[in-house]
Amino acid sequence: MDTTFPNTSFTTLENFGHSLKAASYVYKPANSEEIAEVFCLAKKNGQTVTLRGAGRSYNDAALNGGGIVMDLTGMNKILAWNPQTGIVTAEPGVNLQQLWQTVLPDGWWPPVVSGTMYTTLGGCLGHNIHGKNNFRMGTIGEHVLEFTAQLPTGAQLTCSPSHNADLFYSMISGMGMLGVFTSVTLQMKKMHSGLLRVYAFPVKTLSEQLTALLDGAPNHNYAVGWLDAMAGGSGLGRGQIHLADYLKEGEDANAQKNMRVEFQTLPPTILGFPKSMIHYFMAPFSPAPLWAIVNTAKYIAGLRKHDFLQPHAAFHFLLDYVPNWELAYGRGGLIQYQSFVPKETALDAWSELLVLSQKRGLPSHLGVTKRHRPDKFLLSHAVDGFSLALDFRLTNSNRPRMAAMLQEFDKIILAAGGRFYFAKNSETTPETAVAYLGAETVERFKALKRRTDPNNLLESDLYRRVFGG
Amino acid sequence: MKQPEFPSATPLQPRKRAIIVGASSGIGAALAQKLAHEGYLVAVLARREEQLRALCAEINRASGETRARYYIHDVTDTKSAPGLLRQIVSELGGLDVFVYNSGILLPVKPDEFDFDKDRQMLEANFLGALAWLNPVAVMLQGAKSGTIVGIGSVAGDRGRVGAPAYNTSKAALHTYLEALRNRLTRHGVAVLTVKPGFVDTAMLKASPRTFWVISPEKAAADIYSAIRTRKQVIYTPGQWGLLMLVIRHIPSFIFRRLSF
Repeated sequence: MDTTFPNTSFTTLENFGHSLKAASYVYKPANSEEIAEVFCLAKKNGQTVTLRGAGRSYNDAALNGGGIVMDLTGMNKILAWNPQTGIVTAEPGVNLQQLWQTVLPDGWWPPVVSGTMYTTLGGCLGHNIHGKNNFRMGTIGEHVLEFTAQLPTGAQLTCSPSHNADLFYSMISGMGMLGVFTSVTLQMKKMHSGLLRVYAFPVKTLSEQLTALLDGAPNHNYAVGWLDAMAGGSGLGRGQIHLADYLKEGEDANAQKNMRVEFQTLPPTILGFPKSMIHYFMAPFSPAPLWAIVNTAKYIAGLRKHDFLQPHAAFHFLLDYVPNWELAYGRGGLIQYQSFVPKETALDAWSELLVLSQKRGLPSHLGVTKRHRPDKFLLSHAVDGFSLALDFRLTNSNRPRMAAMLQEFDKIILAAGGRFYFAKNSETTPETAVAYLGAETVERFKALKRRTDPNNLLESDLYRRVFGG
Repeated sequence: MKQPEFPSATPLQPRKRAIIVGASSGIGAALAQKLAHEGYLVAVLARREEQLRALCAEINRASGETRARYYIHDVTDTKSAPGLLRQIVSELGGLDVFVYNSGILLPVKPDEFDFDKDRQMLEANFLGALAWLNPVAVMLQGAKSGTIVGIGSVAGDRGRVGAPAYNTSKAALHTYLEALRNRLTRHGVAVLTVKPGFVDTAMLKASPRTFWVISPEKAAADIYSAIRTRKQVIYTPGQWGLLMLVIRHIPSFIFRRLSF
């Protein structure tokens, strides 16, 4: 047999929701030279390359069925950390866990984090992630001072907002389709405590939910809503809001202790159960009627308005509390449908979405709302408005109905002037992408790609699906 | 003319993918139709472009999307198999089922010993299979999933007066598939040996006496059902299983006096 890659075999990979599998030749480079070598081999063999970090995308962003997947988790060194300035330089495979554990003991915190700390910096930049403070701090790209990249052409370059700015604003948000980040320099945010003050209160309707985010956002550092997507009628869009603030200098007498990693670490058990086993107990509840009871119980438990202090890690990385929680959705896995809608049209659009999903008998198991602001990155998902992320459980029998429903969803969101997120939605069509990004933006992106990747070596299943390969 | 790309898979429309080597007619073409009808994306290979193009056009018209694409390949060109496999899998987006169906039967008289004919049959029926199945095995062993299908024959169960080299080529394929099964089952890969009796194809013209003749579609339906249930060995039609059980046990002192 002729050669594939050294130390490489054909391996089956999955997306985060366990809803799609694809087998690929996985190659794990340790440095820029090996990245270049992968591109050379791909070109020689007529194959395509997809970049993959933690594999935490819900869709096909890090899958390349039958092709090459470049796993960048081997490049996971923090190259420089300056506790005086809060500037850190790291390789693309460094994940947010490594990052916060490095900077927090010195009194800093990443300005933008995702809902899980296992995402890598390469993936965070590729998707230009946001956190629960998007309305205030923007996306992670806004805190990147500089990055270096290796292009499929073999060229190496440095980008910042002032140098190679066109590539800076397109490689961040570019889904790893323009080149490979080889190092990222980020500005951290100064902290005066390892704790956040969290305010939790219930909201009875979708209108209340959005108003709470809109009013709460200007006065707080973080704002996020949980939405019980199975509640209908007068309770449509009910849920719970969490607002959170940093503690000011001097407010936390134990700041040094609370900023230590041991203090922040997530507890190993929940209600006495080992965390790693919780998903087994959740799985029997995953059919919708039973889950509705779980949601109602959660809503009732959250009816009491209260505030409390919580470590950063516990507040941000809720998803990591239950390892493999996504397995609780059963064998068919899950997909997430996240839409970003202007504040003027969000209420009507999402009311329609929620009613439709309940009418079709395909209600979402989990809804999360956030407040957003627009940004300057090329393939931006953000708007001056809100986002609603809906998790849907897949079974063998509901796929065709779900596909039809999500097409209706797309129409509703596009009519409301909304946008989508390439880390999440798995069914976005080329037509939908052009409709929300604009034909001109898509053309600009393709023109940049012709420049950085003239042989189209970088392609993912997502890229082929949305941009037609 | 450039063939259109295969469609993408999404969580709401996952895809299964198959490669069929030897698909221009007969069982291979019928199996391509069957798998595509069941939703598979199918890459079909053979030497004859006309037949493959017509087959793909028919499949794609019926399904309303590009479920079939063809690749011109001569199985005696064993060197090209690994590279072509990699190219096809990359265009398909993966591999769930691999079928080796290529085979030729050259008629020989009871007193004829023709090395050239014998070599042709061994090359197409067995060496071509090795050239493909080795890299396919490496691939599926890594992926820890998938099904390998080899189309053998009832003719591989005994060596007969009428077709020594053909019998040998199929017997060799059966044995190789058995070894492959023993290697790959532990990696989650199923290996199916199919032993058809008389199937109404071009090859049948070379057989003097026929009975229990089935259509290629019937054979394809049996093979598809065996793939789904992860069977190891099947006869198609099924009654050959019983007949071959008897024939396999006919003692040599009788068997060598028989003329078939």
